[in-house]
Amino acid sequence: MPVNLKLQSFEPLIIAFCCNWCSYAGGDLAGTSRMTYPANVRVIRVPCSSRVSSNFILRAFQRGADGVVVAGCHPGDCHYTSGNYFARRRFLLLQRFLEFLGMEPERFQVHWISASEGNRFAAVMTETTDKIRALGPNRKLRDTR
Amino acid sequence: MRRIGVFICWCGTNIANTVNIEGVTEAAGKMPSVIYADNYKYMCSEIGQSMIKEAIIKEKLDRVVVAACSPRMHELTFFKTAAAAGLNPYLVEIANIREHCSWVHKDKQEATGKAIALIRTAVAKAARNKELWATQIPVECRALVIGGGIGGIQAALDIADAGFEVDLVERTPSIGGRMAQLDKTFPTLDCSACILTPKMVEVASHHNITLYTFSEVEKVDGFVGNFEATIRKKARSIDLEKCTGCGICWEKCPSRVKSEFDEALVMRKAVYVPFPQAVPNVPVIDRASCRRFTREKCGICRKACPAGAVNYDQEDEVLQKKYGAIVVATGFDILDLDDFGEFSYGKHPDVLTSLEFERLVNSSGPTGGRLLRPSDQSPPKNVVFIQCVGSRDKSRGKPYCSKICCMYSAKHAILLREKYPEAQAYVFYIDIRTAGKDFEEFHRRAVEEYGALYLKGSVGKVFPDGDKLLVKGVDSLSGHAVEIEADMVVLAAAIKAKSDAPQLARLLGISTDTHSFFTEAHPKLRPVEAHTAGIFLAGACQGPKDIPETVSQASGAAAKAIILLSKDNLLSNPCVSEVNESLCTGCLSCIKVCPYGAVAEKTIEEKIHGKALKRRVAEVNEALCQGCGSCTVSCRPGAVNLKGFTNEQIMAEVDAICL
Amino acid sequence: MKITTQSLCGTMVKEIAAISGENVAKCYQCGKCTAACPVNMAMDILPHQVLRFLQLGLVEAVLNCNTIWICASCFTCAGRCPRGVDLPGVMEALRAILLRKRGFSRFKAGDMPRVLNKGMPEQGIVSGFRKYTK
Repeated sequence: MPVNLKLQSFEPLIIAFCCNWCSYAGGDLAGTSRMTYPANVRVIRVPCSSRVSSNFILRAFQRGADGVVVAGCHPGDCHYTSGNYFARRRFLLLQRFLEFLGMEPERFQVHWISASEGNRFAAVMTETTDKIRALGPNRKLRDTR
Repeated sequence: MRRIGVFICWCGTNIANTVNIEGVTEAAGKMPSVIYADNYKYMCSEIGQSMIKEAIIKEKLDRVVVAACSPRMHELTFFKTAAAAGLNPYLVEIANIREHCSWVHKDKQEATGKAIALIRTAVAKAARNKELWATQIPVECRALVIGGGIGGIQAALDIADAGFEVDLVERTPSIGGRMAQLDKTFPTLDCSACILTPKMVEVASHHNITLYTFSEVEKVDGFVGNFEATIRKKARSIDLEKCTGCGICWEKCPSRVKSEFDEALVMRKAVYVPFPQAVPNVPVIDRASCRRFTREKCGICRKACPAGAVNYDQEDEVLQKKYGAIVVATGFDILDLDDFGEFSYGKHPDVLTSLEFERLVNSSGPTGGRLLRPSDQSPPKNVVFIQCVGSRDKSRGKPYCSKICCMYSAKHAILLREKYPEAQAYVFYIDIRTAGKDFEEFHRRAVEEYGALYLKGSVGKVFPDGDKLLVKGVDSLSGHAVEIEADMVVLAAAIKAKSDAPQLARLLGISTDTHSFFTEAHPKLRPVEAHTAGIFLAGACQGPKDIPETVSQASGAAAKAIILLSKDNLLSNPCVSEVNESLCTGCLSCIKVCPYGAVAEKTIEEKIHGKALKRRVAEVNEALCQGCGSCTVSCRPGAVNLKGFTNEQIMAEVDAICL
Repeated sequence: MKITTQSLCGTMVKEIAAISGENVAKCYQCGKCTAACPVNMAMDILPHQVLRFLQLGLVEAVLNCNTIWICASCFTCAGRCPRGVDLPGVMEALRAILLRKRGFSRFKAGDMPRVLNKGMPEQGIVSGFRKYTK
């Protein structure tokens, strides 16, 4: 397959870690409201954004994910009171680390999406997919097995 | 080798229309460890569930994956199905191919591909699922009700009548809340105080209710069935036991401040009861305005008190109490009208809010119920009522409808005519919303019998014109701009959440919506429960409400609390953290991130190379742990793991999703 | 337009209420009368507006409109009104005020045999009688 054609038809794989109480429910609401977003996004349900270890994100990039989104409750609204504050600190560090490694910062995003923000869920997922589609495949951290 | 069964639901056409079920079933059958894959029209139906049960038994399945709707919807259903077939429910995984797939994607090929990926992920996780068992937690059989308005009163009485102890905490010196401020209630024109005060007295005298007025909840720890609250009883400066409520102290008190209860229309003393029917009928000293406390001079009330109840040295008392359930009934405020300059509110004394008007018609109010203009104490002849001041206003106010204004303005129009048969009420409205039993009839009575003139339209400007107020508005039905010379203008200011509602929400660990109203667990099916288990909502703290609605929600919340309190034990969520002691280095980072104080340190003894060694490790209290998993991430050696969401499970999901 | 207690309860307003026996405040302006009216296309003020103007005390406007004369007294509006407002009765009251001021009836009992012979339906004759007789 010629290279340019391959680039044109590039469809990124995006993994979204969503907290059970806000963002996963927001995703459910996007579904119940029949909003649409690209099928590139696949959701992994976790109890809280603070359950998401940087290891999971690095592993995702290593295994070929082109983008990772972590979504949790809005700061102050965490079901577990303070989980998302820890997540926020951890991912700020991870974001800097990924940038240091030379990875485009858009590939790893953290968003706060509440259970009532189905439209925001769909918008974030659509926007992220568009951005990463434009960036092209993740070559920096992908395993070259 | 696992024996995993995959069950794919069509959800009628909801999934089947956008996902190729046959293709998915075939692909699922080929996934590692999957020995059985089938599909059915409605997996959650009796037939679907027995399909799963039969397969578990016949095919000796040891893990089950159901690809259907969101786990937030039917996870419990399928847990029960598995349990009925003798399989531990935590060996079931749900792949959400409806909300997260078929409903959000249009292209059948794409959706099918994604459905397969989601099932592959669920299969990978399920293969690493372990059997888990819920443990039992004892329930503290006592309830806390926050807020002493009609919502809190009703909830407290219902719970107390069911035989449980209730503590009712009210911030102001007396219970009664907003309803105590009202004159009459729609649609029956019952006197508000006449129907409220018996309930207030009942609260005070109920053997199961402990009343904490002039008190605030400062801190809430714990979890459903086992909350621990810190309550601050502010210093009243009056001995509750000794005081007889004779009133000599406030007669003699020389300091005067604006009365909060009377919406600042009159002055009260520094030592005061907010209103004559207050419960308890014991005054408080407002230390911010009392001369004794501000200038250390006075002391008249202590000298005057025949019971010797005045105690200037009284200090705040802090109580720690345990509760099984909490009912939040903190009520509402009304919108600040600073942004609505066109109505001249605050600039002209005869422009009032509805709550101020309510005090003016109230016989216990500043005019003894005679309804006089604040400017010159004359009876008003023409009164203009303006609806939706800040309600349904996206730009300056609140986008929602405040719900009660249409009805109370009709009530005000009626009350005006009853006081002054010659007076004329004008009501500017955008829409009239009178959904409620006997509400529409009540509104029509205001129009037809009491002659209130309803004008569909807004008011652009209110300005003083001599001793009158000139109201410029429109009647959009006739298409005429309208001018009315009014003696009094009453603004139906929007209802808003209490300004400190977000702080209380944080304290309780419950959530608020964009307008700071507390959010219910489900807008239709769980309207009285907060998102946090064991906390229930009643009244206008959850959204604008009238009295009947508040009372029914309060009784609903009470019923939910009673259900909880009547259980001896609760089943705990088994998805909690555990510590692998052999890996734990005792750094205790996990303690710092735990929001529930569920992790503690302990010392263990080990034999290493024949030598007994003492070592510090972390320990999780499974009753306190809520399963957020924050500790697992903070653990450097990876000794802490979250059951049900282990590192291995999530890693396997990542790997499977990336295939 | 200035609205006052006097304009709302003027003598004309009271007279209309007395003749028609109708409380115009009953109307909540849904517009069913106008929607049902078979001759609304010829009216300068629509039937529901007649009631609105009366609610606001704008008697002059309704006395000078052609609507009250175009009204065929067919009673469709009254039959369908959800509030039970007798709008034809109000129209009649308005016409009666004008006819009484003028002092003569346009349609007299003596005209009856002539129109009967022309095959005019009886309901039309009764309506005409109500409409043009003081």
